[in-house]
Amino acid sequence: MTTPSLRALRVAPSTPSEGATPEDRRSRILGVPGPSPRRGVVLGSGVLLIVVLLVAGAFMPKWLTFLLTMAASHGLVSLGIVLLMRGGVVSFGQGLVFAVGGYAAALAFNRLGFTDALGLALTGGVAATLVAAPFAPLLSRYRGIFFAMLTLAMSMVAYGVLVKTSALGGSDGFNMGRATLFGQALPDARSGYVLYGVTIVCAGVLALLARVYFDSTRGLVTQAVRENELRVEYLGGSVRQAMSLNFLLAAFAGGCGGALTVMSLGHIDPNFSYWTTSGEFVFVAILAGWQSVLAVFVASTLLEVVRSFSSLYFPNTWQLSLGIFLLLMIRFLPDGIGSLWVDRGRKGARR
Amino acid sequence: MATALTILIDGLSYASWLFIVALGLTLVFGVLKILNIAHGSFYALGAYAAASFVAWFASMKFAPEWSLVAMLFAAVAVAVLVAPLTERGLMRFFYGRDEVLLVLVTYALFLVLEDVTKLLWGANPYYVSEPYAMFGNVEIGDQVYVGYDFMLMGLAVAVGLAVWWGLNRTRQGKIVLAVIHSEEVAASMGVNVSRVYMLAFGVGVFLAALGGAFTAPLISVQPGVSVGVIIVSFAVVIIGGLGSIEGAAIGALIVGLARSFAVHVMPQAELFSIYIVMALVLMVRPEGLFQRIQARKI
Repeated sequence: MTTPSLRALRVAPSTPSEGATPEDRRSRILGVPGPSPRRGVVLGSGVLLIVVLLVAGAFMPKWLTFLLTMAASHGLVSLGIVLLMRGGVVSFGQGLVFAVGGYAAALAFNRLGFTDALGLALTGGVAATLVAAPFAPLLSRYRGIFFAMLTLAMSMVAYGVLVKTSALGGSDGFNMGRATLFGQALPDARSGYVLYGVTIVCAGVLALLARVYFDSTRGLVTQAVRENELRVEYLGGSVRQAMSLNFLLAAFAGGCGGALTVMSLGHIDPNFSYWTTSGEFVFVAILAGWQSVLAVFVASTLLEVVRSFSSLYFPNTWQLSLGIFLLLMIRFLPDGIGSLWVDRGRKGARR
Repeated sequence: MATALTILIDGLSYASWLFIVALGLTLVFGVLKILNIAHGSFYALGAYAAASFVAWFASMKFAPEWSLVAMLFAAVAVAVLVAPLTERGLMRFFYGRDEVLLVLVTYALFLVLEDVTKLLWGANPYYVSEPYAMFGNVEIGDQVYVGYDFMLMGLAVAVGLAVWWGLNRTRQGKIVLAVIHSEEVAASMGVNVSRVYMLAFGVGVFLAALGGAFTAPLISVQPGVSVGVIIVSFAVVIIGGLGSIEGAAIGALIVGLARSFAVHVMPQAELFSIYIVMALVLMVRPEGLFQRIQARKI
């Protein structure tokens, strides 16, 4: 801290100061050939993927639609963690917003008689954001392991409260009936598919919005925070504001994920907020890496597949297989699944 | 008054085993810069090994006093077998990576060890009652307290002093301190850093297993004991400041007393009293109570 300026001068990398327009400079920093055509392609193929998944879902067996529903709804929580990861912090307590979203949706359904599936997903997201809001300014001061531990503490406090609250079913939780869509009741045969559709659309829309946000100015400020906070402050950006906003956005995504999960599962209990649940979300986020939005959902699906297959074939050792799988991934794909396709276009652009 | 004393003694006995476990965690963090989730698994391994060793000693018709030796053996056995295997066989491939990624590596190790203990010892609970009965009861006023609790407190003090002495008064300990302070400088002075890593990790595993072995008589040893322990010992080292021995002691005392206060006065708050204390401490001292000031990168 004594001679910061000298150090800064020595280690500062050469920034691309020449170049005609800010767009040019930005694309050089990002290493992509100008964001506008690329963004169109990415968003377009995202929409296409959602449509393909919706159509394909009609022909899938039930177990597969359920698996993908779980993957997409859990993936939303991990998407929130990736959002935070881009700013250099990881939350080990996203189970909290997951649980808040789930409980809010289930309670709105059971107590208020509000049954629309899309509305419930939104309710979950809003409830989680409201719960997270008072903590956001506080948490934005912390980094690294302290951020992780504080969020973990928050989720475990919520777990403790939920277990002890008999009005919410205590440690057994409670059941939730079947949601409706646009005022239509869902028949038994189709309900799985319709909820799958709702989940895919919600997750897809949020994923596309996340992509837009990542490429926006504020999204890039977040990335700069991860590289060097003080420089961001010197350049006039507010680190704490960026971190607070990210935390709230992550909470919204996580809350939606919780609501979507509980609608398909039909049951909720305090384990939604338990630290091992949060651990799995972090697991998926690390597996995906911070570069790609699609990778989050690929990783989430991969986890669900590994989980269902190992609990089917190695019922007593599925944690063992999960652990080994995770170790192999970290060892051989340290930047996550996303690095498989994102890095290709921008080799050497970073560092 | 009687309640206050009960809270104090309960809190101190909880704090004593917690201190032993957290000391291992904080030592490993100080040297290797890894927040080790698998520490809870080492604790569980210690408890299971103690259950097996005590039963084995009893079947060989040793006097009950030998069960203490059996528990110590269990901790040593876990440290000697598990520490080199995990440190050399796994952890060393990940050194220097991002802090959070390392946490994930130990999380994976934790998942693996969780199933390994289940494979080795099955899912049924084990009970280790011999050592618990051995120390009898202690009467203070009208209340009766279990003698084993006081033995635990003594053990914690002894372990704390031994680690302090080992770090500050021996050559090897000073080398470890040098590595904690600056790995690069230590290496350039000719210190074999990976040997120090192995040593520190081994001591860390030993302390976790020791904590597990000596709490085995207090609990039923069954799958899932590792989870609770790791979260609580995280809280302890975070409160105390990562990598600090005094911090681990103060943190364990705070957590132990807070928990026993909650248990006796507000039982419904037991589950989260620890986290509330941790959040309060972090709000006032964002880096924990005993954290050294660190320079920021500009």
